[in-house]
Amino acid sequence: MKATSHVGRMGLDVTIKVLAGLFAALALVLLGWILATVVTRGATALNWSFFTELPPGPGQAGGGLGNAILGTLVITALATLIGVPIGMATGIYLAEFGAHSRIAAPVRFVLNALVGAPSIIVGVFVYTLMVEPFQHFSAYAGAVALAILMLPVVARTSEDMLSLVPNTLRESALALGAPRWRVTLGVVFRAAKAGLITGVILAVARVSGETAPLLFTAMNSSYWMSSLAEPTANLTVTIFNFAMSPYENWQRMAWGASLLITAFVLLVMLTTRFALRAQERQR
Amino acid sequence: MLILIVAIFVELVVSSRLSIGRFGWSFLTTATWNPVTEVFGAASSIYGTLVSTTIAMLLAVPVGLITALFLVELAPPAIARFVGTGVELLAAVPSIIYGMWGLFVFAPWMAGYIQPGLQSTLGFLPLFQGRMNGQGMLTAGVILAIMILPFITAVTRDVFAMVPAAVKESAYGMGATTWEVTRRVTIRYGFRGIIGAALLGLGRAIGETMAVTFVIGNSHRIRPSLFEAGNTITSALANEFAEASEAIHLSALIELGLILFLITFVIQSFAQVWLKRVSRGMGVGL
Repeated sequence: MKATSHVGRMGLDVTIKVLAGLFAALALVLLGWILATVVTRGATALNWSFFTELPPGPGQAGGGLGNAILGTLVITALATLIGVPIGMATGIYLAEFGAHSRIAAPVRFVLNALVGAPSIIVGVFVYTLMVEPFQHFSAYAGAVALAILMLPVVARTSEDMLSLVPNTLRESALALGAPRWRVTLGVVFRAAKAGLITGVILAVARVSGETAPLLFTAMNSSYWMSSLAEPTANLTVTIFNFAMSPYENWQRMAWGASLLITAFVLLVMLTTRFALRAQERQR
Repeated sequence: MLILIVAIFVELVVSSRLSIGRFGWSFLTTATWNPVTEVFGAASSIYGTLVSTTIAMLLAVPVGLITALFLVELAPPAIARFVGTGVELLAAVPSIIYGMWGLFVFAPWMAGYIQPGLQSTLGFLPLFQGRMNGQGMLTAGVILAIMILPFITAVTRDVFAMVPAAVKESAYGMGATTWEVTRRVTIRYGFRGIIGAALLGLGRAIGETMAVTFVIGNSHRIRPSLFEAGNTITSALANEFAEASEAIHLSALIELGLILFLITFVIQSFAQVWLKRVSRGMGVGL
């Protein structure tokens, strides 16, 4: 060790401690700054017509994002329908049946890699798969892109939740003569129910704020959707398009949509967090 | 699952074969990107990705490390939990919101306060010259730093928490200060875990799209100044993909996507293997 004076050592220590406190405060300040901006600017855009009307033309006043709100709901619901069953099946396999099989390790590896894969790549992939061959953008393509993003999240959380179920429960059900599939569905699933639902909700919250995978799959539209096989308006792509435009009314709408999305994602995050913590306390 | 990742790879290669065949390896080194003459090169986008992520890492790693230190070693539990929740919320904010905030609030703030300050003190460097409109590489890098900060903080916090108390206490017992214990014991003990955390953050930063697209200015030219507009692989994709009408333009964009996919896959795989080795070495799961 280098010989340094007592004062110097203490001084450095205090400096670092103060710095650490400042950095932690900085994270909170940034969060507060972002949220305050979104709330103050977004609140002015929210009114009844925001939820019910079609977007106004460039430079016009009034209007709303009713079609985009509907589109986001439909695309997200469709993505959940596709992504959750497949993701959960993967999770069940990893936790219940193939936990130590030869393909479990590579599957886990790929799941982790998929969680970290840039979402825009998923957009490009689905574009080449579902948009290029049919020559038009569609809500289906957007939903598939979001489903691919949900998949690994759902699979990982359901694996974790299922492996939390104590083995004695499985063994006692098996000892009663129940076949393996009934043990999984009737006993393990029921025991892990809250955790599984939380995992799904978190995955939905995660993808509902995604923009990049929708840019060239669902694209955007200024009309109400009439079928799933056409370009579909959605909140996040609308934010992108409107924010980049020079029209004040459009930018205001983009802020309104931002507030809606942020509020939804953060509220879901906080509630599930508290629910999970309450559950842990029960155990 | 396994099929999915192979399918993504194959599909990207197949769809970019036109551009791969036309430009070959020179795609990686050409800085021209001209849809009119149909000459495409990825150099400016790759450069932009490298520069913006480097700025992000330089800012986020030290700050994340010290914030994690605060959460584990210094803060009382109640405050640590409060700050921890705040950091998690920061991670949950959708990237397009960072983009909105970056474009309308942060970029003007950078132009008003940070950029003039940098230019008057360090203006002799080519890095900090040019016009100051708030957009550009530097702003993109700072916003990326804010976005990956929560990830780095969270993983580093877990790594710090894994360091056995006995090791730390023996150092305290010798009269070391908190910082000395951190620097010589905790960081050294958890060094490899911190590298893993940084790699995860890096993977995030490289793939981040929307926030960067909003503030980077989107220009396919390589300029030395960090104040000038540039682009990244992701921002080029987001901006041009839906509008690319020529087959070769589209193909070149998909090849950009392929490059990005390969880069992030390598980083992710490396981070995973690395973190697994670390947690095995420490006898605790991460």
